[in-house]
Amino acid sequence: MHQPLPHLTVSRLCALMREVLEDNFAQVVVDGEISNFTAASSGHCYFCLKDENAQVRAVLFRAQARALRFRPENGMRVTAFGRLSLYTQRGEVQLIADDLQPLGVGELQFAFEQLKARLAAEGFFDPSRKRPLPPYPGTVGVVTSASGAAIHDILTVLKRRQTGIRVLLRPVRVQGEGAAAEISAAIADLNRHGEADVLIVGRGGGSLEDLWAFNEESTARAIFASAIPVISAVGHEVDVTIADLVADLRAATPSAAAEIVAKGRLELESHLDHLILRLCGRMNDRLTLLRERVAGLERRLRSPRQMVSQWRERQSELERRLVRAMAHAHREKEGRLRALAGRLDALSPLNTLSRGYSIAFAQKSGKAVTDASALSPGDRLCIRFSSGSARATVEEIEP
Amino acid sequence: MSEETTEKETFERALRSLEEAVELLEEGELPLEEALACFERGVRSAGRCRKVLQAVDTRVEVLLKDRDGALNVSEFKEE
Repeated sequence: MHQPLPHLTVSRLCALMREVLEDNFAQVVVDGEISNFTAASSGHCYFCLKDENAQVRAVLFRAQARALRFRPENGMRVTAFGRLSLYTQRGEVQLIADDLQPLGVGELQFAFEQLKARLAAEGFFDPSRKRPLPPYPGTVGVVTSASGAAIHDILTVLKRRQTGIRVLLRPVRVQGEGAAAEISAAIADLNRHGEADVLIVGRGGGSLEDLWAFNEESTARAIFASAIPVISAVGHEVDVTIADLVADLRAATPSAAAEIVAKGRLELESHLDHLILRLCGRMNDRLTLLRERVAGLERRLRSPRQMVSQWRERQSELERRLVRAMAHAHREKEGRLRALAGRLDALSPLNTLSRGYSIAFAQKSGKAVTDASALSPGDRLCIRFSSGSARATVEEIEP
Repeated sequence: MSEETTEKETFERALRSLEEAVELLEEGELPLEEALACFERGVRSAGRCRKVLQAVDTRVEVLLKDRDGALNVSEFKEE
């Protein structure tokens, strides 16, 4: 009944198992959670894929690990694409992964969030390290493609604004394999060259894939390390790139970046105008004040001799005024006297008497008699004529 | 290269000197002769700044790296 089984060595058994696995699982797609993740110094990554009830060992070799845009981490849910094999030394089944993709979110989005979190933890986005643009933007270094829309837009703006700014372009590829490395090197080159006062790093708009070089770690680190302030100018509307977050200033487009630089230059010109006005104004004010003060002091400053002669002048003036006043008063009095004399003359009864009238004075009262009934026969009268007078007695009264 | 650097440094130094002159004058505590000297310094600095800012044309150059990693500047022709 019992057919005797052939004896196998362990190696032979493992070789058979491996053959079975590799023939039947040449291509597998497995969803699972990463655990026990280890990135070895060789560059290969070892981990387990597991779910609630089971787990399988997996490996991601160096070349494939490097091609990943995100970093696998424990607890991350991924889809692994690969094949099964046997790790014969240990007799363990092993999933050899060619690619991993995060489950649920796009790979790029995921990689973006991961890098963002990591750099944030390192303080790359710290507002306190954002530097102001230089006061004198004489030379602007530009890191972008020599043939793209970005450099064209930047030059158009700077030429239109007539700012006299010098542009130093360090041409790079802005997308595709190796673009991030070129961008990073260009930023370092411009720093080494040392003539640019500010850098514009960017490109025209594109898809998330096209803009990827601006979301890579090497670009972020180069911007962070730049001693020259960096304006990011990645033409896109929806999301920010990592480069935008690290840069000292973010412009929405290359044109906007050029406007910022031009504005700095124009503000500088206006600052200078202002300083010159203040300089001259302040000096003028001061000199005007001083001149007035000197003139005022001069007016108040007199020698004693001047004062004596001034007193003398004053004295003789007063004298003149006194004489003039006296003469005036004299003339006035004289005039009044003449006028009064004239009026007195006109009122004098002597004139009337000269025309044949006479005045009778009662001797008793000495008053002029104006009514005959006031007299009685026998009263004595003194009659005054124009020339001389006579004494008379009243004989009869005719009322 | 040295010319560029010098121009930039000259400008920044002159601007700083001008700003200092204005501030000193505005404090208004300098004796007149010192104030006049300060004013003259300011005017000279302002002249230097003006001279640098006179240029209005945009100069466009390209920075290229040769095989040895040396950086060279040449004129840029837009494509």
